[in-house]
Formats: sequence, structure tokens, C-alpha cells
Amino acid sequence: MVKAVDKTKVPWWVSNAVVPLVNLTLAFIVSGLFIFISGENPYQALKLILYGSFGYLEGIGYTLYYATNFIFTGLAFAIAFHCRLFNIGGEGQAYIGGLGVFLFAFYFSALPVSIVWLLAILASMLFGAAWAIIPGYLQAYRGSHVVITTIMFNFIASALMVFLLVDVIRDRRQMGPTTEALVKEQWLPMFKNIAAYFGYKVGYSPLNISFLLAVLASFGVWFLIWRTKWGYEMRAVGHNTQAAIYAGISPKKNIILAMVISGALAGMLGVNEILGVHHKILVNFPAGYGFTGIAVALMGRNHPIGIFLASLLFGMLYQGGSEVTFDMPNITRYMFVAVQGVIILFSGALENLFRPQIEYFFVNTMKQKAVT
Amino acid sequence: MKKLIGILSLSLVLLFSLNVYAAKVAVIYDSGGKFDKSFNESAYNAAEKFKADTGHDYMDFEAANNAQIEQGLRKLVDRGANVIVAMGFAMADAVAAVAAESPDVNFTIVDVNWLQGDNLQQIVFKEHEGSFLVGMIAAMKSQTGTVGFVGGMDIPLIRKFHGGYEQGAKYVNPNINVLMNMTGTTPEAWNNPTKGAELTKAQIDKGADVVYQAAGGTGIGVLQAAADAGIFGIGVDANQNYMHPGSVLTSMLKRVDVAVYNAFKTTVDGNYETGVFTLGLAEDGVGWALDEHNESLISDEMKSKVEQAKKDIISGKIVVADASAQ
Repeated sequence: MVKAVDKTKVPWWVSNAVVPLVNLTLAFIVSGLFIFISGENPYQALKLILYGSFGYLEGIGYTLYYATNFIFTGLAFAIAFHCRLFNIGGEGQAYIGGLGVFLFAFYFSALPVSIVWLLAILASMLFGAAWAIIPGYLQAYRGSHVVITTIMFNFIASALMVFLLVDVIRDRRQMGPTTEALVKEQWLPMFKNIAAYFGYKVGYSPLNISFLLAVLASFGVWFLIWRTKWGYEMRAVGHNTQAAIYAGISPKKNIILAMVISGALAGMLGVNEILGVHHKILVNFPAGYGFTGIAVALMGRNHPIGIFLASLLFGMLYQGGSEVTFDMPNITRYMFVAVQGVIILFSGALENLFRPQIEYFFVNTMKQKAVT
Repeated sequence: MKKLIGILSLSLVLLFSLNVYAAKVAVIYDSGGKFDKSFNESAYNAAEKFKADTGHDYMDFEAANNAQIEQGLRKLVDRGANVIVAMGFAMADAVAAVAAESPDVNFTIVDVNWLQGDNLQQIVFKEHEGSFLVGMIAAMKSQTGTVGFVGGMDIPLIRKFHGGYEQGAKYVNPNINVLMNMTGTTPEAWNNPTKGAELTKAQIDKGADVVYQAAGGTGIGVLQAAADAGIFGIGVDANQNYMHPGSVLTSMLKRVDVAVYNAFKTTVDGNYETGVFTLGLAEDGVGWALDEHNESLISDEMKSKVEQAKKDIISGKIVVADASAQ
């Protein structure tokens, strides 16, 4: 049994860099064991993952494309979490946000493109927020737990979207539940096209400028949470509701506000998917990014920088994982769901498994150095 | 420069000769995965059969999300595939994009007929015709005058199954009551046998004594619940009569496996054809299954009536409306 150390003596980089890295390494070792059991070489698999996700430009494009989605949904979860709200409705909010993007881009196609883009981004936030405000209201004023209501709203969103895609806004020239495509001028510039503009030839990847929007949103969230009164109030409600009330902060107002901003961020996933990549609404286009965002936020400790890094990691797993399943027939795509699970387990649930030992080690060695 | 052209043309010749001697075939499954006991799995089985018959290996890929479909197609093209079979309408846009970039590769896509391109083989099935026949069988077998339908996701394709089934049932008995339930609105609806069983039980409570499923993996639950309650179930896509002999009345066959097998085989044999192919009763693309597991359930009278209706549909005497075309 290691004695607890004085937290203030632990250097910041130990708890924010060393501990997560140790956990991650352990997760990779356990995942490697899975791969070994399924009859493939874990070292080769790791090499394939790294090469597939960061080894060539198209691969990087895919990694960053996935990361874009995870940043939006991760930030969405984080901001609600700072107010101690467990918003697991990112999936539904993103779905509805995408609807907003499409409707605005499609029906205002006569406007100049830059205005359409702005409108579509605002629409994604508005629609996503609208889908989150109802659970927020129910939590604030009726005490209905937000976990229950948001997950219900995921199903309602899904039902609504299938109804719309099949009976209302479907492109009647074909049979799939999808809409017509947006006109080409409205498509967000692709990484491939931007590179071509500067004279570099890069193959196709779905990466587009919404990645920059995601980076901007990360900065915005950091500013909001740690540099504004709103953020302070939300955190106060999250830390101690009674104290917040005593300080004159309304929990009701802040719960709704946190949910609205959370929904708006989740809705922005629609910008990447609809305006950036598919240019039409596909059935179930959020494809679980909303749920993975929860893991991303928890892994990134609800801090924008952490979320950005965790998004890169999950983007790497998605993209590298698809490369591995291509080259190693014994490894199915479900294996990477398991790998994600192991990572979440080690960096989330078992986060403190080795923390005391590591902190003790660093504090002690430093003490000894100071003595000698 | 000359040297470069020489190398290029030599490699072209090599590539061409490779194409002739070792045609590479590939199949890409949608998010259901290759072991969905239904649509994708029949493609997988066809590919395995092709491998066993001809000794040719094949490449395959399971797309986990929409972005991976296009990525997977490009990868298969890069690895030298000569023909790529894409399973399902969700792949339509990706196939259109990649096919336009790779004019030398042929693409077969199932359940899609609206794309443009010279290197596309688009295959659709007249599921409503096959469903009409099993609807007739259901109505003839029903004692209660109520039959049921359990679909996967409420999309036009599944309405096509339901529409044909209802028309067939009403053709036999204009007063029959046809119940209909869809399992859900997320892709989970294709893989939720528990919910399929619950919906079936609910339909049985409302008096249904024959239930037809077009619900992918969910359908396993439908057939199980029907067998448990001692009523009849009707299978779909593959011949599912063997699953509960004596309870599975028949199966509506949709020969996806034949389509996949033929795409591979014709590529190897060099007589692959592009274009739109609509496979109905006349082409044996759809049908109803009669084998040793259900022959005791189908009387000679039922059989002759169904076969007569089949002839009438082929000749155009009976017109089955396509519910997805509305």
C-alpha cells in the first residue's frame, strides 16, 4: 500500500501526461493480447494502425475527419458535464443539427454561398440546441433525469428523421432513404481541393474545413468555461448546487444554458457530415459519433486540449482500424470496438489504478534529488 | 521520355495480362456486417461458393460507417480488383463516385437501379412479386383470417415486401386482415430478434396465425416466436425453411447469392455484362421455397394455385403494384 502523497507537490505534467500515457500504454498492451489471441502479430497491427492513420496524406485526412466529429460531440458532452449534466443525447442532437444544415442550405440556395454556409452553421447549432433544450427544461423545472430524457430523445430524433427521409424529403428518383444532393457550389472546400490550389496533389479523403471550425469551437469552449461569467456559473452549479444558489446563481437557468450550448455543439457535427462530406442527409449519418464523443470527453478530462488529443486518438483508431481489418482478415471491425472499450476502461474507469504509485514515485525521487 | 513510355506500356501490357489470367473479384458489405444471417451473409456465402467452385480467391471488406464505404471501394480498386460487388442502396453514392474515377473496374450494386455509368451492373429484385406468392400461401393457410408482417426499418424497400404480401393475401381472400409492424428506425432494427419476437407475439394476440418477416437478423426472432406459439412463420431472402421445420411455412427467396456469384463468375469467364437488371419471377430472381422441411404444410391445391398465379404474373395477367414506387 502506497501512502497518499500531498497533491500540491505532484508536478502538473505527472497527472496530466504521465498517468494518461501509462494508462494508454497498458490499454494497448491488453489490446495487443487480444490481437495475439486472434492469431495476428500485434506489432504488425500497431505498425499498420500508425501508418494507416498518420503515415500518408489520405490516411491523415481520414483521421482528422473522424477527429472533427469527435471534437464536436466531445465538446458537447464536456460542456454539459461541467454543469454535472450527463448529456448522452449527442447522437440525436447531431442528427437534428444535420437536418438544420440541409434545410437551410437546400432552401436558401439562391443566396451567396458564404451566407449559406454561415446560415447553415447557425442552423446546425439552432436545431441541435432545440433538441437539447427540452431535456434541459425537463431537468431544470421537472426534475426528469437528463440521462433518461436525452436517450429517449435520441430515439425520437431517429424516428423523426426516418419519417422525414422516407416520406417527406426523400429524393423520389431513387429508393434509398436519402435526400437530394446539395448543389456543388455549396460544398465546403475539401482538404484535397485546398492542397490542389497550392499545387499539391492529394488523393481523396473526407477532411474539409469544418476541421478548422472544430478547432475554433474548442477554443470557444475553453474561453466560455474558464474565462466568462456564464462558464463560471455553470461550473459553480456543477460543483455545488446549494453553494451556487447561496451565491445567487440560478441552477435552472444554467442547466438549460449548458444543455443548449451542448446541443448546439453536437449539432455542428452536421456541418462536417452534410455540408462537408455527404452533401445530403443519409439515414443514420451520426453513426455513433455522438456516443463515442462521451468517451472522448471523459478521456480528455473535459478540457478542450484533452478532447482534441483524445479525438485524434479515436480518429486514429477508426482510420487505422479500418486499415488493419483490410490487411488482417482475422481481425474484424468488432475487434476495434473492443480496443476502444479497453482504452475507455483503462483511462476512464481504472484511471486511478496506478496513479498513487506514479505520484508517489515522482514526488519521492524529487524529494531525494532536493536532499542530495 | 521514350524509356518512360516504354515502361508504361510494358506495365500496361503486364496489367492487362494479369487481368486476363488472375481476375480479382471483391465484395463490400454494409454496416450489417457479413454475418447478418441475411442479405450480406448470402453474398458472403456466394463468394465462398465461388471460391470453392473455381479456386479463385476474393477480397472483401466490411464498412463500419458511411465514410468507410468509399474508402473501402477505393482500396479495393487500388489492390487491383476487376469487379467489386457492393451490397445495398446505402452504397449507391460511393459506388457512383468511385466508378466514375475508375472506368476500368466494373461495379455490381444490389438493390440500386438509378445510377449512371458504363461500368455499372445494377441489380434490383421484384420483391413484391415473390411476396405476392407467399402472401397467397399465408392467406390460404390462415384459419383466423388474420395474417401478419414484421419489417425491419420502415424504408421504401421494406414497404415493397409488405405491399406485395398484402396484395397476394387479398388476392386469395379479399376480406383478410393484414397486420403490419416495423421493428424500428435505427439500423439496430435489422438486428433485434428480441423485438421481432415481441412484435410477433403482439400480432398473434391480435389473431394472426401466419407471420411473414422481412427484417434481416430480427427475423430470426420472428420465426422463433411463431414456432414457439405453434403458428406459421414465413422466411425471407434465403431459404429459411430448415430453421423450424413444420413451422416455417415457406420462404420468399431473393437470390442475392446468385447475383453475386454470377458477377464473380462472369468476370472470370470474361462475359460480364453492365446495365440495369431487374430480376423478378420470370428471371427466377425471386420465388418461394418448397423443400422437404415444408412439403407437408403445402397442400397440392395451394401449390397449384400459387404456381398458376406465378404464371399469371409472368404473363402479365396479374399485375403486382410496387409499393416503393409511390
